[in-house]
Amino acid sequence: MNQFQYVRASKPKAAIEALARDPNAQFIAGGTNLLDLMKRGVMAPQKLIDINKLPLDKIERQEGNIRIGALALNGAVAEDKLVLEKLPLLAQALNAGASAQLRNMATVGGNMLQRTRCPYFYDTAMPCNKREPGTGCGALEGYNRMHAIFGFSDKCIAVHPSDMSVALAALDATVLVSGPKGDRRIPFAELHRLPGDQPHIDTTLGAGELITAVEVPDNAFTRHVHYLKVRERASYAFALVSVAAALQLDGSTIKDARLAMGGVAHKPWRLADAEKTLVGKPATDETFRQAAEVAMRGAKAFQHNAYKLKLGPNSIVQALKNAAAA
Amino acid sequence: MNRVDGRQKVTGAAKYSAEYQLPNMAYAVLVGSTIAKGRLSSIDTKAAERAPGVLAVITHQNGPKLPGHKPVGKDPSQPQTVGSALRVFTDDKIRFNDQPIAVVVADSWERARYAARLVKAQYAQEAHQTNLEANKPNAFLPTQAKKNPKSPVADYQRGQVDAYKTGALKLEAEYVIPTEVHHPIEMQSITAHWEAPDRLTLYDKTQGTMATRRDFAREWGLPEENVKVIATYVGGAFGNGLHSWPHESAAIVAAKVVNRPVKLMLTREQMFTMVGYRPHTWQKIGMSATPDGKITAITHEAIGQTSTYEEFTEATLGQTRMMYQAPNMTTRYRLAALDIGSPIWMRGPGEATGAFALESAMDEMAYLLNIDPLEFRLRNYTDKDPENGKPWSSKFLKECYQAGAERIGWNKRQLKPGSVREGDWLIGYGMGVGTFGAHRGTSKATAKLLPDGTVLLQSAVTDIGPGTGTAMTQIAADTLGVTPAKVRFEWGNSDFARAPTQGGSAIVNTVGPAVQEACLALKDKLRELAAAGNGAFAAARKEDVTFADGYLTLAGNATARVTYTDLVKQAGGQAVTVESKPSDKGREYSMYSFSVHFAQVRVHQLTGEVRVSKLVSCADAGTIINEKTAGNQMKGGAVGGIGMALTEAAVIDDRFGRYVTKDLAEYHVPVHADAPAVEVYFVNQPDPHVNALGTKGIGEIATIGVAPAIANAIFNATGKRIRELPITPDKLI
Ligand SMILES: Cc1cc2nc3c(=O)[nH]c(=O)nc-3n(C[C@H](O)[C@H](O)[C@H](O)COP(=O)(O)OP(=O)(O)OC[C@H]3O[C@@H](n4cnc5c(N)ncnc54)[C@H](O)[C@@H]3O)c2cc1C
Ligand code: SF4
Repeated sequence: MNQFQYVRASKPKAAIEALARDPNAQFIAGGTNLLDLMKRGVMAPQKLIDINKLPLDKIERQEGNIRIGALALNGAVAEDKLVLEKLPLLAQALNAGASAQLRNMATVGGNMLQRTRCPYFYDTAMPCNKREPGTGCGALEGYNRMHAIFGFSDKCIAVHPSDMSVALAALDATVLVSGPKGDRRIPFAELHRLPGDQPHIDTTLGAGELITAVEVPDNAFTRHVHYLKVRERASYAFALVSVAAALQLDGSTIKDARLAMGGVAHKPWRLADAEKTLVGKPATDETFRQAAEVAMRGAKAFQHNAYKLKLGPNSIVQALKNAAAA
Repeated sequence: MNRVDGRQKVTGAAKYSAEYQLPNMAYAVLVGSTIAKGRLSSIDTKAAERAPGVLAVITHQNGPKLPGHKPVGKDPSQPQTVGSALRVFTDDKIRFNDQPIAVVVADSWERARYAARLVKAQYAQEAHQTNLEANKPNAFLPTQAKKNPKSPVADYQRGQVDAYKTGALKLEAEYVIPTEVHHPIEMQSITAHWEAPDRLTLYDKTQGTMATRRDFAREWGLPEENVKVIATYVGGAFGNGLHSWPHESAAIVAAKVVNRPVKLMLTREQMFTMVGYRPHTWQKIGMSATPDGKITAITHEAIGQTSTYEEFTEATLGQTRMMYQAPNMTTRYRLAALDIGSPIWMRGPGEATGAFALESAMDEMAYLLNIDPLEFRLRNYTDKDPENGKPWSSKFLKECYQAGAERIGWNKRQLKPGSVREGDWLIGYGMGVGTFGAHRGTSKATAKLLPDGTVLLQSAVTDIGPGTGTAMTQIAADTLGVTPAKVRFEWGNSDFARAPTQGGSAIVNTVGPAVQEACLALKDKLRELAAAGNGAFAAARKEDVTFADGYLTLAGNATARVTYTDLVKQAGGQAVTVESKPSDKGREYSMYSFSVHFAQVRVHQLTGEVRVSKLVSCADAGTIINEKTAGNQMKGGAVGGIGMALTEAAVIDDRFGRYVTKDLAEYHVPVHADAPAVEVYFVNQPDPHVNALGTKGIGEIATIGVAPAIANAIFNATGKRIRELPITPDKLI
């Protein structure tokens, strides 16, 4: 690990200013991702600005939404009464991620901004455009079993590994940020970017911007929800494919639906077209199959991830079945 | 009886190899190569040398000569491997990716780690080979087999060659297991301390204190007694500590150069590259049978991967030769040498690999014959060893079959795959058989009665978790007629009485008798002492002296009664050391432990996820010394088998010759949620020939046969026969 300076910020403004002053600085929250990357030599910030003391960990009911502070711990959010009652899909997604130990360190802001688990990104002896622009994409013709089937470019085919973010994408969350130029609100779907020609940039956050909270609008998806995560062991593994499914049912008719996938793209993959095909239809396997088919349009696989073309739709069907039965 | 070291372990008092703090200690961090094959054309260490706290940067350019080191390929002295273990900084050659090319020593670990990143190497790269499939055509007969046609890895034949080809009903199938890595919870680490220019002490993670002592004494041209190896607590090993590795060599070199004790701890990433693994292996089975389910012929071939500098072989084909009554048998074992680090035995070593193929093929054949797979095995059961015609020393495998079948509910199994389901989950049942030689070697043990009446036993053996310390304490207590609290068994120190390396399920078989005999010798001594001080004892016959609860008493003489403690006081307490050897009579028998594992699995028909919902492991392992620790072994082995079957694979990107699954987030060992409660059944019948205790060994048979049981259950659930492990969801949708 490189040597670095460490400062602790006690006010958001001070943290933002400290970061803006120093292009080689990084915020550190739970550190569960950043420290690993530093140990592996993937990231080498010269200064860490510890934001854990900032008063940004509240989970509050507000007019029209629930506001979750960026420093609320993943474990705390997943167990929060309000979240369990109003946003059960989010709680399920959080609990599907990592392990209890990690969830007790990881923050909501850090979770959104965790970086890809692509093995080439992690190994400084291999090419990776995300880590070192211009070196090539090791995964493109390599071991791309965990990689994208949507929205990739020939520069990067990595996926975003977060579970929580898939639920937030499905639930139309908004990210609140403060930066040197003031505060702004970013619709969740616009926080993460596709790799395009600049895979080294994960998000649309500007220099020095701090995530302060995420707001999830009030919704009726409190019962028929399911977060399905398919992985190689029963727990503590990243998703091969995951699906956040939320239904609002009127008898057996679908009144409204939300659907997003994880493990398939450089960002949480919202499936708006598939949602549309669900609305107004009976909640049957047949309907779910049709939606899954729509969802998978445009998917393309690489040498080792062709299974996702089948696992994807199957998982959508299963998640919708589970949601309907919940 | 509970584990003697349980309390130390759960309270953190047990000290593992990385936890020894010595005065003036320095820290070493390895720099690994980033190519798989070639030469170092230059190595720039200047920046690292200038970094804060750095004491030395050692490379092949400035490393000390190892007086006893023979260049790679020139040391035929390794017993099982041909070639020689890799030693560091002896030449500029790169043999695998992440091979240590330098070690940085600094006054703190953090500083050493930082400086290690500043070392810059240039290479003259050569084309490397890391792909087993592509190198199958170059596979060769191991040197060992060329030298000795009777070697277990030599080609074997009984009846006609490849007779299955002409069989009426035949099966031909290929099976592949990927590279698996031991990954004990405790990573490899070592602290090397030159206490004098010719006296070395190592606090090391090893399974054999004597073997490590021998290897490094030889490397440095020292008499063995000048090297001391301490490995009191070992946090699991699974075979990872059965060899002496480059990082150990590096730590010793580093300690020599800086003339301070040096600690070197591997990272989880380095655990993949330089300390062994279960080798990626390709196998093919041809089998023929009569319509009524008698196997007529088996041909079993295997190609295992090894490194370019050591020929690592294992008994992949052993179980096939002796398990079933096949009159025609052909086995061929080959190696493919690749540009990667050497493999090493991993729990249930080659047998677990071979059993995956054999026991899958048994299931496939039973299916072709439309016979229940348990019935098929019974029809081919052997009452003597078909490999050599000898009788078994003991075999209670049928009892295991029956006990397991009852416990799993085998009668619920349907012959037709895919017939049992619960919602979207398909349910299936499978079985797999395992066996492992009931090995017994030679060992010493020392017993001494202390003035407070405690019996102190010492052995150089390690306890890597199976409960060796506990079992030995119990054997001693039983033999001496004292409570276990009065026995102190000390282990894990090469200065103690000579004992073999912990491995091959042989420790209770081997060290157990030594402990028992040492205790018997101690009793003789006590009897003599009693006789010297007490006329009644002097006059008594040997058989009439009773040892119980810390007293010597005499049958029929209520007043003749001495405590052990008094006898020690009387004599000053000398130690007795006893050497225990297997008897020659054992050679007349074929000695094996046996196991059978029954699995019930659930497979999700849409997502392909597999859950092992029930696992029953039954063992004929001779006398069970301690049900708790033995049961633990079985459960741990079963979970290891779940990993082998469903989750574990270390993958190399052949373009770079580098692993791409390099941490425990990518290399999936099973978690609790993957492991059902494992039900264990022991026949617990003594074997009359292995040793006087009646034990046969447990550690390996706990894993051997589990993976095929699960693979077979998946077939029964889904109709899908997966012949390449691990069986991940993508293979089932
Ligand atoms: C073994 C392992 C398994 C895991 N498995 C899963 C899994 O299955 N599913 C899953 O979803 N995740 C998983 N994770 C990832 C885990 O969820 C993330 O590491 C965690 O959420 C990151 O949060 P943190 O607070 O620790 O972030 P940090 O590591 O502190 O920070 C991550 C990044 O976010 C930036 N940052 C943090 N907070 C803010 C903020 N408020 N504003 C601006 N920038 C900020 C930091 O500068 C840094 O670049 C796993 C991690 C590990 C180590
Ligand atoms: S997929 Fe992206 S992260 Fe992975 S190697 Fe390619 S560029 Fe790097």
